[in-house]
Amino acid sequence: MADSPLALPATPRTRRSRWTLRPSTREAIWGFIFIGPWLIGLALFVAGPIVASLVMSLTNFDLLHAGETRFIGLDNYVRLTKDPLVAQSLIATFKFALIVIPVTMAASLGFALLLNHPHLPAKGALRTLVYMPIMIPLVASTMVWTGFLNTETGWLNKFIGLFGVTAPDWFNSEVWVYPALTLMGLWAIGNFMIINIAGLQSVPTELYEAARMDGAGWWTQLRRVTIPLMSPVLLYNLVIVLIATFQYFTQAYTLTNGQGDPNNATLFINLELFREAFVFSRMGYGAAIAWLLFAIVLVLTLALFAFARKRVYYAGGDR
Amino acid sequence: MSGTRSRTQFTFADRSPIARSYRRYLAKASLVLFAVIIVSALLSPLLYMVTTSFMQPSQIATPGAPIWPAKPEVGTFEGREYPIYNVTIDGVTRHLMLVQPGRESSVFVDPSDPTATKVEWQGRWRTLEQSWQFSPLVENYTTVWNQLNFPRLLTNTFGIAFLSTIGAVCSSILVAYGFARFRFPGRNVFFFVLLGTIILPNQVTLLPQYVIFTWLGWNGTWLPLIVPHFFANAFNVFLLRQYFMTIPRDLDEAAMIDGAGPFRILRTIIVPQSIPAITAVTLFHFFFAWNDFFVPLLYLANKPELQPLSIGIQQYNALYASQPTLIQASAVLAMAVPVFIFFIAQRAFMRGVVVTGVEK
Repeated sequence: MADSPLALPATPRTRRSRWTLRPSTREAIWGFIFIGPWLIGLALFVAGPIVASLVMSLTNFDLLHAGETRFIGLDNYVRLTKDPLVAQSLIATFKFALIVIPVTMAASLGFALLLNHPHLPAKGALRTLVYMPIMIPLVASTMVWTGFLNTETGWLNKFIGLFGVTAPDWFNSEVWVYPALTLMGLWAIGNFMIINIAGLQSVPTELYEAARMDGAGWWTQLRRVTIPLMSPVLLYNLVIVLIATFQYFTQAYTLTNGQGDPNNATLFINLELFREAFVFSRMGYGAAIAWLLFAIVLVLTLALFAFARKRVYYAGGDR
Repeated sequence: MSGTRSRTQFTFADRSPIARSYRRYLAKASLVLFAVIIVSALLSPLLYMVTTSFMQPSQIATPGAPIWPAKPEVGTFEGREYPIYNVTIDGVTRHLMLVQPGRESSVFVDPSDPTATKVEWQGRWRTLEQSWQFSPLVENYTTVWNQLNFPRLLTNTFGIAFLSTIGAVCSSILVAYGFARFRFPGRNVFFFVLLGTIILPNQVTLLPQYVIFTWLGWNGTWLPLIVPHFFANAFNVFLLRQYFMTIPRDLDEAAMIDGAGPFRILRTIIVPQSIPAITAVTLFHFFFAWNDFFVPLLYLANKPELQPLSIGIQQYNALYASQPTLIQASAVLAMAVPVFIFFIAQRAFMRGVVVTGVEK
């Protein structure tokens, strides 16, 4: 890479300087000036708080009784392992993740395939419509879905009832609340769909033609051409969905006003963190939960990347 | 679409051109139908929301009531109002007023011709289906508007979103310019750290931030919702930096020969060339700030006069959960502005999604 041309002429601003700075030094100074806002923000709102949060998690810090704060070592972390609510919230989060992540990935790919179909007219309008629910405030969309899935008056159960099937009591059932929230999550697939469509468009059409020549049907083309070639895009989506699932909060909070009903089935880990830290004001313990959440997300993300690398490695061989 | 006549769609089964074009037409029609059904199903809760928001509360509790906003139909007979039922007599269903309910047989009058002879019908009138007429109740909206103090919520939301968007966009432009155009020691490391902050859950930094803001006396004000955004956000910086990198450096050089400094180059060359990316970032952040829930909940839960829409609506929802008509009307009000802006600016918006997601 050539030297940045920005560094070449002396600007009037620097001419007064007693020492003539080397062009590369001057360029570096300008660089730091421009990224300065972020560096300051990093120190104030990220790095500083990270250290503070680590320290906090080793104390019994309570915002209402700040005077009694003292170090308690790893007690908060020991308590984490014994806290039945934390265990419940982790189980709830994992149960939900096991449904919502595959459904979101499949639905966003399905919608992308459908709305990128070469024979479909008005693609733009349809994509806009599928994307649009993301614009609806989560609180409002939760309210809409709570009504839509209401056992007696909701449309979905009325519709299911037409077939003579007894519909589930979505949000009041410890089991059905996860599929219900997953359905609700379909309103959030727009971003992933758009990214998938861009990924689909980057697959060279010759590959499909070659596959067809070899007699590959729709499913084989999807499995052998589309998905492998889109795997970087799918991995990106998967990481984002994973992180979002473990930070799931607004919908759960709106659903039961933060209570986690039914029977703590929607007390997801982030809601549990919120309650400990901000409702019961146990900041030290809350910080420990936050680090647990971070550790889980980090481990899962790294595992995903490791898995992805493995797939790429084996992609050359025939399975 | 003109790309429909691709050769690869040819099948050997039917060689006649008419049959082929007919089959192609049928395939296309069923594809369109399928897409429309799927998208309608996805959006059907919106229709539920709108119809419910216009209903009388009593209609929701009534079994057999229609799914559109309606009220029981009534007719007048001899100066009094009577409910109208769907009565099947001799295989013909008629809309008739029930004037004299009886246990085993009732007397009905035809509302369109009250002077005609009364109809006596054998059977239990309670088993009859009531006749409904379309009747949207706009008062739900006025009720919600006043109970929520909607104009105040709207002003607050707009104020918070506007201020934090200005901060986020301006700071992100500066930082993205720094990363895109200057070489300085540790640039790659810094950029890697920047991307790393996207993955860091904000819960980790949230608690100390809360403590600091509370000690600063910022709890219960807009400041914690606005000030942090003046220090650039990784997502926006990434998107803008990717875009800035595509602008040819020749333009910078030409300006520099004319004696322009870095700030002037940014203002006169980079920014005007990057309007699509800057628009996308602006929209992203505006919608984020408009819909944000967690942070306003932390700092403004007890300050109704400063709350944005998301919090106001949630508290309203908790309070009036038993009144679906009002809840759905408030949901309509809450989504109106962002959805409207989205439809105006969707093109710029969706292009931005692609840039962040694919162009690594």
